[in-house]
Amino acid sequence: MPLIHIKDVVKTYDMGAELVHALAGVSLDIEANEYVAIMGPSGSGKSTLMNVIGCLDTPTSGLYDFEGENVGELDDNQLAEIRNKKIGFVFQTFNLLPRSTALHNVELPLIYAGFGTQQRKERAENVLSDVGLGDRMTHKPNELSGGQRQRVAIARALVNDPSIILADEPTGNLDSKTGIEIMQLFVELHRKGNTIILVTHEEEIAAHAHRVIRLFDGKIASDETVENPLVYEDR
Amino acid sequence: MFRFHDYKEGMRIALNAIGANKLRSVLTTLGIVIGIVVVTLMATVIEGLGTALDKSISSLGTDVYYLSKWDWFGGEWWKARNRKDITVRQAEQLRDRLKLAEAVVPVTNTWQRTMKYRNRSVKGNVNGTVPEYEITSGVVPGIGRFFNEYEANAGRPVCVIGFDVAKNLFEREDPIGKSIKIGSYNYRVIGVFEKEGDFLGTTMFSTDTQAFIPLENFLKVFGSNRSIDIHVKMHEGVDKEEAKEEMIGIFRSIRAVPPGEEHDFGVNTQDFLKEVFEGVVGTIGVVGFLITSLSLLVGGVGIMNIMFVSVKERTKEIGTRKALGAKSRTILLQFLIEAATICVIGGIIGLAVSFPLSLIINEVLPSSMPLWVVVLSLSISIAVGLISGIVPAYTAARMNPVDALRYE
Ligand SMILES: Nc1ncnc2c1ncn2[C@@H]1O[C@H](COP(=O)(O)OP(=O)(O)O)[C@@H](O)[C@H]1O
Ligand SMILES: [Mg+2]
Repeated sequence: MPLIHIKDVVKTYDMGAELVHALAGVSLDIEANEYVAIMGPSGSGKSTLMNVIGCLDTPTSGLYDFEGENVGELDDNQLAEIRNKKIGFVFQTFNLLPRSTALHNVELPLIYAGFGTQQRKERAENVLSDVGLGDRMTHKPNELSGGQRQRVAIARALVNDPSIILADEPTGNLDSKTGIEIMQLFVELHRKGNTIILVTHEEEIAAHAHRVIRLFDGKIASDETVENPLVYEDR
Repeated sequence: MFRFHDYKEGMRIALNAIGANKLRSVLTTLGIVIGIVVVTLMATVIEGLGTALDKSISSLGTDVYYLSKWDWFGGEWWKARNRKDITVRQAEQLRDRLKLAEAVVPVTNTWQRTMKYRNRSVKGNVNGTVPEYEITSGVVPGIGRFFNEYEANAGRPVCVIGFDVAKNLFEREDPIGKSIKIGSYNYRVIGVFEKEGDFLGTTMFSTDTQAFIPLENFLKVFGSNRSIDIHVKMHEGVDKEEAKEEMIGIFRSIRAVPPGEEHDFGVNTQDFLKEVFEGVVGTIGVVGFLITSLSLLVGGVGIMNIMFVSVKERTKEIGTRKALGAKSRTILLQFLIEAATICVIGGIIGLAVSFPLSLIINEVLPSSMPLWVVVLSLSISIAVGLISGIVPAYTAARMNPVDALRYE
């Protein structure tokens, strides 16, 4: 059973004057522990696909099974629970709470999961250390660099030990050097057994993935396994 | 449905959000502040009035009827003007015939007479009455005594003076046995009444500024051409209504009022004070209620407005929280707590403002801000917060996460 099974998914936006087919019939399966890069020109439906996979959005039609469960049959609360426990989001714009410390930002999914204070703190501190921010836990986002902010966001995505990490252009707001550091982090996470889907514009970044899906006009234009993914030099 | 964490996180978010916009939050609470100030001060005043009333009523003595040519409250004074005077003789007849009464006391007075001791003088009402006045008035001399049967019958020039009169004339001197001048005659002070205090700013019903001399003496000195009042106190345990009917019946026959005609005298009771009191309290209540409702309404609309702004400003945050697993009801709770917190802050500011004001009121009208008002104020604040926060909070809770995340 694939982790993700998507069949003929269509997402249409009714813009009054015209219908926009953000996804025009997409089918794909993703197995656990894959590292998938999604590419395509702007407006090709990458974010829409990520939102559907992340249970943030519901398709207009088509089937989506997540871990064998038909997502279309779940109610809002159940979707929220899946997002909380099974999915870790990393956004292009980091989306951290500006007035909260790194630690509290990372604790947030655990709060929604109902963990107690002590457990939350321990778990969040561990994950922050894992992404290299052990000494920045009490800093607020505006006291951190862009790369550090994205690390906080990645820690937040990891903290509930999700089945899959979804990153929509995670390096889009970072300079290329920092971007590479973040990509190294994703490779490392993948090596540790995480499943990762990552949207990117840059071929160089995609080259590290094990599978590249290209979208065009809401359809899959190609879906290729990379024979020899690029490996980063050891840091 | 909610866990403790949800409330804690909601509280934390609320305080963060309020902290980020301190001035805005405080300004928003202005309506709540005004509402709470009005509620608390109103309650303080009413509480103070209640205390004053209790004191005044006890000073009047309970179950006392005041038969008079005049109606104290209501009635038609132009009709009363043409009534025949009430005489001492009529009072004596009533006393002899009304067996249900413990005391029937004629009282006559003259207003604003000068009383002098050495070089000091005060003005006050002078009353002529009988020893039983002690029974109907409910006050007793704090020092000395009231005049006795013998002094009354002989019309001795003795007087019992009110607390304020004694204070002003004698200061620290002992008044008992001293001679004061009332008008152009000398009277020996034999007693001073305890302090009674005033009622709603008037000493009309208090002995504090008055003097009492034997009726016989009064009639000789100040003349007998006044209509007197008769104070009637019934025996303990008699049926009030029955006794009143009996009293009226007897007095009508004494004054020869033909059957079927209106009384030609007023039957007054302390209820008059109660009516005044209730009128005052009612007015304060209505005005206070209107101001309170209005300011809470304005406050509520302000809170609602600011909450809509707050929700709008944090659309992206709401999207993020939902992406991280926040349920709709968690978001709803978050914004409700925020609205309630803003209002409670307003309530606390309101209490902080009204506390010193209540101390000022205390100077005029002995009272204290009752504890239940504090509880009530904070409850009202929370209620306003919840009511005005519900629509914005619901808007936030219903947001589609994808749209919220795309919001710039
Ligand atoms: N909420 C929306 N309302 C209307 N059109 C939308 C909405 N979201 C996405 N679209 C449209 O759907 C298409 C795909 O968008 P998106 O998935 O964001 O593309 P990408 O992430 O590949 O740039 C675009 O044409 C976009 O304008
Ligand atoms: Mg996109």
